[in-house]
Parts: sequence; C-alpha cells; structure tokens
Amino acid sequence: MANLLEMNLLSAGYDENIILHDINFKVNENDFIGVIGPNGGGKTTLLKVILGLIKPVKGRIIFNDKLLNENSIGYLPQISTGDVNFPVTVIDVILSGMMIHKKIISRMSPDDKKRAKEIIDDLGLSGNYNAPLNELSGGQLQRVFLGRAIFGNPKLLLLDEPGNFVDSTFENDFYEKLKDLNKRMAILMVSHDLGIISSHIKSYACVNKTLHYHPSSEITNEQLLAYGCPIQLITHGVVPHTVLKTHS
Amino acid sequence: MEGTIFQYDFIVKGLLGALFASITAGLAGTYIVTRKMVFLSGGITHASFGGIGIGYFAGINPVFGAAVFGILAALGVEYLSVRQKIREDSAIGILWAFGMAVGIIFIYLTPGYTPNLMSYLFGSILTVTNADIIALGIMSLILILYFSIFYRTILYMSFDESFARTYSSYIDVFKYVTTSLIALTIVLNIRMAGVVLVLSLLTIPPNIALIFTRVYSRIILWSVAVGFAGTATGYILAYFAGIPVGATIIFTLVILWVIVKLIYLAGKNLIKN
Repeated sequence: MANLLEMNLLSAGYDENIILHDINFKVNENDFIGVIGPNGGGKTTLLKVILGLIKPVKGRIIFNDKLLNENSIGYLPQISTGDVNFPVTVIDVILSGMMIHKKIISRMSPDDKKRAKEIIDDLGLSGNYNAPLNELSGGQLQRVFLGRAIFGNPKLLLLDEPGNFVDSTFENDFYEKLKDLNKRMAILMVSHDLGIISSHIKSYACVNKTLHYHPSSEITNEQLLAYGCPIQLITHGVVPHTVLKTHS
Repeated sequence: MEGTIFQYDFIVKGLLGALFASITAGLAGTYIVTRKMVFLSGGITHASFGGIGIGYFAGINPVFGAAVFGILAALGVEYLSVRQKIREDSAIGILWAFGMAVGIIFIYLTPGYTPNLMSYLFGSILTVTNADIIALGIMSLILILYFSIFYRTILYMSFDESFARTYSSYIDVFKYVTTSLIALTIVLNIRMAGVVLVLSLLTIPPNIALIFTRVYSRIILWSVAVGFAGTATGYILAYFAGIPVGATIIFTLVILWVIVKLIYLAGKNLIKN
C-alpha cells in the first residue's frame, strides 16, 4: 500500500501556542483512520496542517506527489460553518466542492453538472437537485456536505466530527457510505463518537499534544479513560472488543 | 411644445435612472441580504454622508466624497471588529453616527450657498444630473461583469466563508472588493433615493424575490425585475401626484412586497385545502 503523506517530528500551533508536538504520522492509500482525543488536544489542528491552513513551526509534511497534493484533499467541516438558511440549492452546494482545485475563477462545465447530479443520486437524494438547503433534514444535509467534500475526487478525505450533526436514522447509511468511499480514498475522521464508528475504522490516532498511532481498529473504554479522552461507551449486552497496548 | 420636451427628457432620465438603480441595487442587494449585511450597509450609507458634507465644504463633487467615506467606513468596520476586537454592530453604530455628524458639521460650516440637504437625505430626481445617470450606468456594467465572472466564487463565499477560505487564499480580496463595490452602489443610488431611504432600494427587492425562489441567480434576476417595476411605478406616481420621488418608490416597493407575500400565503392555503 502506497504512502500518501508523512509527517516527521512535526510541531504546529497558533502563534506562541504550540499544540502538536513532534508528530510522526503516516497516511496510506485506503487507510480509514479515526482521530480521537480530548478537546484542545490538537485534532482539528492536525486536519488544518494537512489542509495547509497552518504551517508547521517545526518538521514538515511530505506529500507523495504522484498520489496526493494540496488540490486533492476533500474536507467535511463541522456543520456550524455553513448557513443552512442561506438561499442555495443542493446542486450548488455540491458544486462548491470544485473549490478544492483552487482556481481563482470557478466555472461550471456541463461535465461538472453531470458529476454533481451523479453524486446527488448516489447519496440517495435523487430529485433534490434544486431543493433549497433549508428544506432538508439533518441526515440529508450531512450527505450534501459529504457530497461537496468528494466532488473534486479527493484522494484523501478529512471529516471533522461528522457525528455532531448526524441524526440517528441516517447514521448507519452515512457510515456505510464512508466504507464504500474508502475503497477509492483514504479517510481521516476526527471523532469522539467511537461506539458507532469503530466497526468501519481500520486504525486509530490518539491525539493529545502528541500522537499515538494504533494500527488495530478496536479500542476500549478503559484505554480511553486512561488516555484522558472525554468519551464514554454505553452499550447493552456483549460487545466484541480488543484491548490495545498502552502507549510506551 | 417646450413643456413636452421637458416632460420627455424627465421621463427618459427617470426611467433610465430606475433601470440602472434596479440593476445595481438588485445585484448588491442580493449579496447584502443573503449575507445578512443589511446593518453594515446602513452604516456605510450614513457614514458616507460625512463625505457629502466635506465635499460641499471643500468644493469637490459630494458624490466623490461620499464614495471615499463609504468605502472607508466599510473597511473601517472590518478593521475595528477584526483587529481592535470591537463588536461589529457597535463598530457600525459608531461609524454610522460619526459620518452623519461630520456631514452636518461641514455642511453647516460651508459659507454662502446652503446645499439642498433634503435632496441628499431623501433623494430627489430633480437634482439628478446626466452625469449621475451615466455613473449609475457604468456601475451597472461593472457589477454585471463582476457578478458574471465571479458568480460561483461569490456564491460559495457567501454561503460558507470558512469552507471557501479552506481552499482559497483570495477570499479576503473578494470580500474587500465586493464590499467596496456595494459601498459605491449605495453612494451612487443616494442621488435617487437619499441617505435615509436608499437601503430599502437594496433590501426590499431581494426579499420579494425570496418569497418565491431560493435559487441565488434567480433571486438576482427577480430583484432587478421587481426593483424596476417598483422604482418605475413609484417614479411615475410621484411625478403625477407631485410628491417626493424617493419616498414614493420605497412606499411602492413595500406595498408590492405586502401584495406578493399575501398572494403567496393565499396560494399556499389554497394548495393545502
């Protein structure tokens, strides 16, 4: 499996406030990595470093130019950033994913329109091309924003706490969709919503100032509490689980 | 005969003015209404009055002074709220009143000739010159070009600035350029509707359009059409009734808004039953 990007002893933060310290981290093709950790621990900072919004103060991030560059990273931010009451249609939101290519003038070609419609159909929103955003349910909205993130055919998809606005009816569909997308792109998902997502995630990165990578996909409550993650798993009956090794 | 020519000229000037006002206000208005920038635009409008006053005092074109003040106010609000951490609405409130104060002081200090203050506050088509109409025409052309070329960037930035910022390092440039164009649009339209009334020229048409469409490009087109219908009707009414033009236009637009809203609600009830 080819390497998409690599960070070596990277430190990053805002001004004087260094949040991430000496990070070593690799993302490979077809990875599905859950990024977990306490608030303020640097999860979003990690995404911003990958998106090029924050320059590292030390170390660097190396992209595998053949497979990945700054124009092939899809991003699903937390829902709070978009105004859902803004008069915009589903197809225009999907099309706004064209900004990934970083052109000064964004133009829509007939091919773009066709692709946007395919994505809308594929996300189970057929017939809603021109539906205004404020007429959609929470689950539909989330799929539209996912559509925007994948419109530019990214090789790496970054998701920032998609569980925040998921509505439980669509939860399963949404994560199934991610599993499907994972065949075409690597996924890095920031989350504190472990109980639901862990079955699709292949590996974990625990971020709290530093980064610990767990190649295995299961993680237990004890592990998380020991790590200081503000997470609680609540479940009925027997849940299959695996205990990871403690951080060295 | 002379009266007919005067009438003809008056009507052509009025209708051309109405057309250009509707185009500029429709484009700029859609931007400010959808981005919830109406209060900021009010600040720009009133701050520009300071430029009008200084223009009179210094003997330069008041519209030019207003343009400078309008753009400075727009950038000033951004500076005060982002760099100096003053709440944006407070920054707007301060510059709003400051511009009006400067305007009144300098008009008071202007020796001899007292300009027609009322025409700047409430608009007067009688004082609109051919140069004003031409300036509005050029502004229409600039805005049409700007919105056609950058339509998608403007739409994406307006809808989700933070997402747009993730991928484009030009968002700040777009924001400043667009806001400056809005300031210019407002200032040029002050001649038509006046400082006090111009804002409704920008805000009422998009709000009428929003009743029946939520597609951004259609909001723009409908705003221009509705704006022209309201402005032209108001202008003709004002002419025949001999009442102030700016106020009549705004009055007509609000009545139009109420009628469209009522028809829409009635239609919705009809479908329900």
